Amino acid sequence: MSIAEIFDTMDYGPAPESNKEALKWIAAHDGKFDLFIDGKWTAAKSSSRFDTIDPATGKILASISTANNADIDAATKAARKAQKAWEKLGGYGRARHLYALARALQRNARLLAVLESLDNGKPIRETRDIDIPLVARHFYHHAGWAQLQDSEFPNHEPMGVIGQVVPWNFPLLMLAWKIAPAIAAGNTVILKPAEFTSLTALCFAEICKNAGLPNGVVNIVTGDGSTGEHIVNHTDINKIAFTGSTGVGRRIRQATAGSGKHLTLELGGKSPFIVFEDADIDSAVEGVVDAIWFNQGQVCCAGSRLLIQEGIHDKMIAKLRARMEKLRVGNSLDKCIDMGAIVAPVQLSRIEALVKKGCEEGAQMWQPSWAVPKEGCFYPPTLFTNVEPASTIAQEEIFGPVLVAMTFRTPGEAVQIANNSRYGLAASIWSENINLALDVAPKIDCGVAWINTTNQFDAACGFGGNKESGFGREGGHEGMLEVLRPKFEAKLPHYKPAKVKTESGKSATSPLASIDRTHKLYVGGKQVRPDSGHSLPILSAKGDKIAEIGHGNRKDIRNAVEAARKNAGWTKNSAHGRAQVLYFIAENLDARKAEFTTRLVETTGVTTKQANDEVEASVRRLFSYGAWADKYESRVHSPPMRGVTLAMKEAVGTIGIVCPDENPLLSMISLAGPALAMGNRIVLVPSEQHPLSATDFYQILETSDVAAGAFNIVTGIRDELAKTLADHDDVRSVWYFGPEAGSKLVEEASAGNMKRTWTNHGRARNWFDLEQGEGTEYLRHATQIKNIWIPYGE
Amino acid sequence: MATISKLAPTSHAHARNPGLPFDAEAVEDIHVNLSAVERRASTLGGRRSVKKDYQAAWLLKAISCIDLTTLSGDDTAGRVKRLCAKARQPVRPDILESLGMSERGLTTGAVCVYHTMVETAVKALDGSGIPVAAVSTGFPAGLSPFELRVKEIEASVAAGAEEIDIVITRGHALTGNWQALYNEIKAFREACGEAHLKTILGTGELVTLRNVAKASMIAMMAGADFIKTSTGKESVNATLPVSLVMIRAIRAYEEMTGIKIGYKPAGGVSAAKDVLGYQFMMKEELGTEWLQPDLFRIGASSLLGDIERQLEHHVTGRYSADFRHPMA
Repeated sequence: MSIAEIFDTMDYGPAPESNKEALKWIAAHDGKFDLFIDGKWTAAKSSSRFDTIDPATGKILASISTANNADIDAATKAARKAQKAWEKLGGYGRARHLYALARALQRNARLLAVLESLDNGKPIRETRDIDIPLVARHFYHHAGWAQLQDSEFPNHEPMGVIGQVVPWNFPLLMLAWKIAPAIAAGNTVILKPAEFTSLTALCFAEICKNAGLPNGVVNIVTGDGSTGEHIVNHTDINKIAFTGSTGVGRRIRQATAGSGKHLTLELGGKSPFIVFEDADIDSAVEGVVDAIWFNQGQVCCAGSRLLIQEGIHDKMIAKLRARMEKLRVGNSLDKCIDMGAIVAPVQLSRIEALVKKGCEEGAQMWQPSWAVPKEGCFYPPTLFTNVEPASTIAQEEIFGPVLVAMTFRTPGEAVQIANNSRYGLAASIWSENINLALDVAPKIDCGVAWINTTNQFDAACGFGGNKESGFGREGGHEGMLEVLRPKFEAKLPHYKPAKVKTESGKSATSPLASIDRTHKLYVGGKQVRPDSGHSLPILSAKGDKIAEIGHGNRKDIRNAVEAARKNAGWTKNSAHGRAQVLYFIAENLDARKAEFTTRLVETTGVTTKQANDEVEASVRRLFSYGAWADKYESRVHSPPMRGVTLAMKEAVGTIGIVCPDENPLLSMISLAGPALAMGNRIVLVPSEQHPLSATDFYQILETSDVAAGAFNIVTGIRDELAKTLADHDDVRSVWYFGPEAGSKLVEEASAGNMKRTWTNHGRARNWFDLEQGEGTEYLRHATQIKNIWIPYGE
Repeated sequence: MATISKLAPTSHAHARNPGLPFDAEAVEDIHVNLSAVERRASTLGGRRSVKKDYQAAWLLKAISCIDLTTLSGDDTAGRVKRLCAKARQPVRPDILESLGMSERGLTTGAVCVYHTMVETAVKALDGSGIPVAAVSTGFPAGLSPFELRVKEIEASVAAGAEEIDIVITRGHALTGNWQALYNEIKAFREACGEAHLKTILGTGELVTLRNVAKASMIAMMAGADFIKTSTGKESVNATLPVSLVMIRAIRAYEEMTGIKIGYKPAGGVSAAKDVLGYQFMMKEELGTEWLQPDLFRIGASSLLGDIERQLEHHVTGRYSADFRHPMA
């Protein structure tokens, strides 16, 4: 077209970013890449290779190695060998290395941006303006955490060797999210990039080498799902960090169950994008573009469910369609496009299949009038209206540029629809009414909420989800705690199951000495009979039968969880209000000290002095959590924007707590206290051997203003009940402190709804020890952090 | 593909805005989120890019939208004549020739002067088809007696101005007296008669985007043919966020009435790179029609010089210098 013709049409022309330097870099490696192990390019043990493809053109970019079990073993050995020295280098030394990496990443920013865009298909605008700057920012930020580690995380140490598996949607950014905190803290890593997108990870390996990072600190192993499995299953890895699909995350949870590996999972989502009638609708429409047409919608936290207040539905949809007409899809290296290519044909097929399903189910599909390029792997922006929460496309994660729109009438209904999902990753809330927006954000069950903005990320602000979107947070203070562990943890002795008492045949109960007591269960604020109608005999330390307790079963757990679900009052109560109740429990326990002491002597066989110490420690512990209730506070982050990000510590929900046999009163209080202080409702299984301290406790709960349903106790066979709790889809976390096999049982079963778990991995704590028995570690498990982004300005 | 051998005369391709009766609700319902607007404004430049011939064509188009302006206390007839000569021939003929544009009769969109210079400008532009725009109504503060402001418009129209750039009483917007603002602009529009009314909101002095959005809507309801950011005399003049808000108001007005209103950023647009950002915004938020001079003007004095240098660079491949291009 001549200039005069363009002058008339005012079209955009091609605006290609050069791929020359990127192709030159690939050519310098002869288009073939080995594994990066122990600071060296290392040929894979098997000859199995695969090609990585530019999805915008279908052209082969390079040949990549598949690491097998032996390669992972070599990488793990290298990482293990390097770890101690890396840890010993100290925070300042590691900070210098991370700083050097951040600088080197910036010096290679354009090469990385182009490589990423070529390999993944995402627009160069995004890699250049979003991915790569965030990558550098992540290393700067974590250089800072390394520097401050001793002062900010005292009594913590690195976990050791961390295995990391990252997805293809933000290849280098996810690598940065994984590697920066891990190595800042003194861990060494083995990272596997996604099969579709290995190139920037390999380029990063080269940057590490050139930047003088000690050998073995970062190991990059490429491959497919089998490579990932080798990492997950390797016995000398201390932690697995995974970002990817919920399906794979679930398999990893099962595979690592009982292995003692720490785990963080950042999984799928179906995040709501809520527009209230008092929103700046034009800006909200633009927000939708950033929410679902960012990275072709292949974003775990994509705002894929548009919830519009009914009165503005038609207006918003009309504006949205007009906006969609203006979107441009094309080659990822074109600087004049909004959307690039879908990562691979298999993903394209998945999108097509779900869109077809949506149409079949009666939803109305709309796509702009223009067509996407015929060559390459493209899909147009797509909007579904006439969608109901029951529609498949409203529930399933599509992971493509497909938006489903629904309406709501009231803020309450918006929250209800938003939470009507198995996922709970992110939410975007649009309203010019600060009261409304700040009321809704905490009510959405998710890890990140954006007010009048969307898809904002920063190294200082934790990111991660709830429910089937995974657990753990990456970034910021909370993210560092996922790569560190308390120093005492590795030194804990093995858990010794309580000795099974031998029955003496004598019964210590006499109706004449004391009136016969029935030890029932405590559910919904009431003492209730067990569903089974069966009882279990309880023996004294000497083996005399001293009581019969209710044999709780599945249905009792179900009832207890239901009671917890129904009684939201405890969670809504103010922190001060909860503190009052915890102090009141302490007061009432203190008043009955003698009785509880006697019971401990009788059931556990400790001396009166020891029993008295345990009761006193329990009272003191309750005081600690009364104190903590209004002091374990949220943080306010300062990301680079005009605004604040509130890192709100929220209650997890219903927590199942399975108590150990040792110190039955103190261990129960140590676990129940923090959970209650933070506003959780609990279903607690007391010591199987010594449950009477718990059943005696009912009367204290009844006289201490504990909200009905906040504290439920089900006695019975520990692991039977633990399994039911771990299986239950409405239990959000299970804490297990019993024998090693139980940890495995709980972790395996938790995969059902991807609930959080906190297990002792067969180690025993000293409940009297202040570091092991109480404090912020407990409170951290009793809360989940939601980062609420609030940009402001008029 | 629409081809035009000559540039169409400006300002007359669309139905004029008849205005709407005053409706307080139309402004009460306006919500603008500053951070979101800034985000869109700051990222749009990264989403769009024109290179090579496309860039040259877009910059030539920008020239056709420039209101070549002189608004100084020391303006004289000689200075205005020189400006008009530049408006007639904004780019060196040999450069236009190389770009294949010499037959197009490229001129700037208008020449913009104070009332006292209107006659001189009209004479100097005779036969060129280039309209003369007069800043009016006590420009730049707009606080002279109301009757005098109306009379100033009438005098400029009588002197041959085809476009009148009025300033609003910013106080009406700052105090939320939308009825008074509406009445004022409506009276100015009536005084314009056939001349087109360009309403300067003084956005730098309205301060908040919410005020800008509301004042934009009132100006259009009162019959403005164009809405314009600023006088060029404020401490903050045209910005992309302000433009986005005004452009979206234009879109909303079109959704309400079907009438197309023009947009004119003024002050602060001095580099070729900047003007492309405004053009992208016009095309993306409103459409290609809004890239033409009947719906888009740029109030600028030094922008043309930068565009000329860019165009010469496009032709020669060498970076240009300002003395190589005839001054205005």
